[in-house]
Amino acid sequence: MSIAIGTYTQQTMINRDLVIIGGGPAGIAAALSAHENGVRDILILERDQYLGGILNQCIHTGFGLEYFKEVLTGPEYADRFIGKIRKIKEIEVSLKSMVVALTPNPSPMGRGAVITYLKPGKLEQIRAKAIIMATGCRERTREMAHIPGTRPAGIYPAGLAQKMINIEGLLPGKEVIVVGSGDIGLIMARRFTLEGAKVKAVIEIQSVSRGITRNMVQCIEDFDIPVYFRHKICCIYGKDRVGRVDVIKVDDSLNELQGTGFSIDCDTILMSIGLIPENELIEMAGATIDKKTNSPVSDGLNKTSIPGVFACGNCFKVYDIVDSVTKDSVLAGKMAGEYLGHCEPAFGG
Amino acid sequence: MNGFDIIIIGGGVTGTAIARELSRYRIKIALLEKETELAFGVSKSNSGIIHPGTQNPSNSLKGKLCVQGNKLIRKIAKELGVDFKEVGELIVIFDPADMPHLIEIKEEAQKLGVENMVIVGQRWLRNYEPNLSHDAVAALYAPTAGIISPYRLVYDMAENAAANGVKIFTNTRVVGIEYRRCRLQSARTGNDNIFKISTPFAEYKSRYVINCAGLFADEISAMVGVDDFKIKPRKGEEFLLDKKKEHLSNHLLFPLPSKTSKGILVIKTSDGNPMIGPTAVDVEDKNDLSTTPEGLEKVLQGVKRMIPSIDEGDVIAYFAGLRPVAGDDFIIRHENKVPGFINVAGIQSPGLTASPAIALMVVDLLKKAGLSLRKKLFFKRKRQKTMHLFAMPFSKTKKLIKQDPSYGDVVCRCEMVSAKEIKDAITRGARTLDGIKFRTRAQAGRCHGGFCTMRIAKIMAQELGIPITQVTKRGKGSEIILGER
Repeated sequence: MSIAIGTYTQQTMINRDLVIIGGGPAGIAAALSAHENGVRDILILERDQYLGGILNQCIHTGFGLEYFKEVLTGPEYADRFIGKIRKIKEIEVSLKSMVVALTPNPSPMGRGAVITYLKPGKLEQIRAKAIIMATGCRERTREMAHIPGTRPAGIYPAGLAQKMINIEGLLPGKEVIVVGSGDIGLIMARRFTLEGAKVKAVIEIQSVSRGITRNMVQCIEDFDIPVYFRHKICCIYGKDRVGRVDVIKVDDSLNELQGTGFSIDCDTILMSIGLIPENELIEMAGATIDKKTNSPVSDGLNKTSIPGVFACGNCFKVYDIVDSVTKDSVLAGKMAGEYLGHCEPAFGG
Repeated sequence: MNGFDIIIIGGGVTGTAIARELSRYRIKIALLEKETELAFGVSKSNSGIIHPGTQNPSNSLKGKLCVQGNKLIRKIAKELGVDFKEVGELIVIFDPADMPHLIEIKEEAQKLGVENMVIVGQRWLRNYEPNLSHDAVAALYAPTAGIISPYRLVYDMAENAAANGVKIFTNTRVVGIEYRRCRLQSARTGNDNIFKISTPFAEYKSRYVINCAGLFADEISAMVGVDDFKIKPRKGEEFLLDKKKEHLSNHLLFPLPSKTSKGILVIKTSDGNPMIGPTAVDVEDKNDLSTTPEGLEKVLQGVKRMIPSIDEGDVIAYFAGLRPVAGDDFIIRHENKVPGFINVAGIQSPGLTASPAIALMVVDLLKKAGLSLRKKLFFKRKRQKTMHLFAMPFSKTKKLIKQDPSYGDVVCRCEMVSAKEIKDAITRGARTLDGIKFRTRAQAGRCHGGFCTMRIAKIMAQELGIPITQVTKRGKGSEIILGER
């Protein structure tokens, strides 16, 4: 059933110059940049109970090398921005706020959109003259890779496992296979090892790592974790919890090489096979989305096909490191500032 | 004392439909389910189609009960607050030479009393089913086909049955049944036999046993010495598409059926996500729920013939289910050799549709066997409809949030499920992550629980008063956390 857009009454609606959807690294950098560029009415809507997004669970170091020329952990990197945001009264933050619909201004001359969001105790609708999408990305799942076999407990996107360990203090499994060599997968291979779990293999269908070299060296080679390039999991076994996987070698066209198969016993499978920009909100609002990359399609950087709706960070394009996300978002903040400076008032008021 | 008048073995759609129907009467009923939750067997893989009665011969039980069930289920859905949508089905042909076959299907269905069917041509199809392949030449349109959530139907029937006094025992696997003639014939139950049903933790006694054990119905039946049928599992793999593709088709789309199967379908579901499948492959293992690369290929090939624009990239989930096949037709009979024992076996498609009619047939069999059934003075035929934010306009959501702020606390963002809905699901009996998923759709969307699994597990631990290490996906052995740091 599709989400029905309710009728909104003019009186109850709040007007805003700029609403930023998402308070992760992209959203907080965009907010600061927009403020520097003259926007004086900014609202950040963040679905979690704190700002910083995925950085909060990235307790390893390596953040900020480019942007701050320093070595920081994820939470430290986020804090540099959050501290500034707290001091600026023109930037309002609404936490635990989940945007459920974005409705572009229906008038042909109109700009901006109406945002509907839910938070505990509240459903609110806001008219925004400009919007920056900073919704990040989600992990590709086992289902998207079409891995055959059973569907037991113990199969997690690597980022979920990271949240379980680093935020909740829980160990999801003890004998681990990492599928794919994305950065989160590599970092989690090390994290599980440090927590006393046995990481039995990293299985990568490509011939080289998808993650950055630093992570291959520091997370995998330094811990002697076996990596199988040009291999894939061809079946998952286990009725209630994962028990075993079958692994097989593939050729350069990714066809299975018969006779090369072997099995590994494990209780956990971490999926680290790529990230997908989260753009369902603007897609449902009618924005053009590239079918292959799931990024917004537009005639310029950080724009979407809806006038006044910008996008930055991993929802615009999946970046390897957070420093690039920040740079991208600073630009988006500036563009929104320019847009608001030049444009006619939205909704004629 | 675990003594009952009737014990139903199996908590799928058949067992719960019978339990709910029987709960109108002044008898003591128990339902035993081996899994941690109801609907975790055959029913969990049901595609949710309420068939009109176009798929089975007019002289079969399947055909008769399907047409009767199609009418009955509307009333049940209304009483229990389960969403039923009459979307209609099209049986599509691609070769004019198949027209006689299509007419034959129509005539056979007419014999069963299926109403308002019409054969439609290309122009109609272009108008009302624009994504359908232009190679389609005609279709049999049966408007009485519909869709329903199979899990919610099972859970809501069970909840209503329980409200009317049925005792439901989960994690209760039947391992043996003994029966003996009782010296005193009970005038009320009209049956001489007393059944003693053993499970790992307790023993239950009853005058009647109704075997609705799905894939294991043959094994249960053999426990009382009736072993003239075997259940053969027939695997079906199904693939769920992104909710974005909700309007891929306006009707349920069927190809011409073959002898063993309805073919590969394009299915609308009550949750919005279209589903494609199922395959039909006979397997040996009653626990084999694995999916295969061949299954996906076969399904894609099948549906692309109907809707060429379907893309592999739209598949967000897949699963396999097993149909409990016991020959060509349902087996629904009182075993005269073992008075008091009723077999309800081989309930594969159209079992969901037929389930209310099967329940009435079982009531009849019980009466004939001598059970005197007197209606209760107060039968609660209604239950309060379960709230789903995804299915309501914002104006209504706003009102609900005013009543309870946690309706505004969105836990699953892909499917828009609030903390309140999760807590309600637990109150209504959810004990596992899959149970939450089936009831609320949380974790069923495109991110597959990547975002919400931890939050749901924490709510479950809190509401159920258990450590988080005991939260499971689908029962003991499927714990999601194996230790604390």
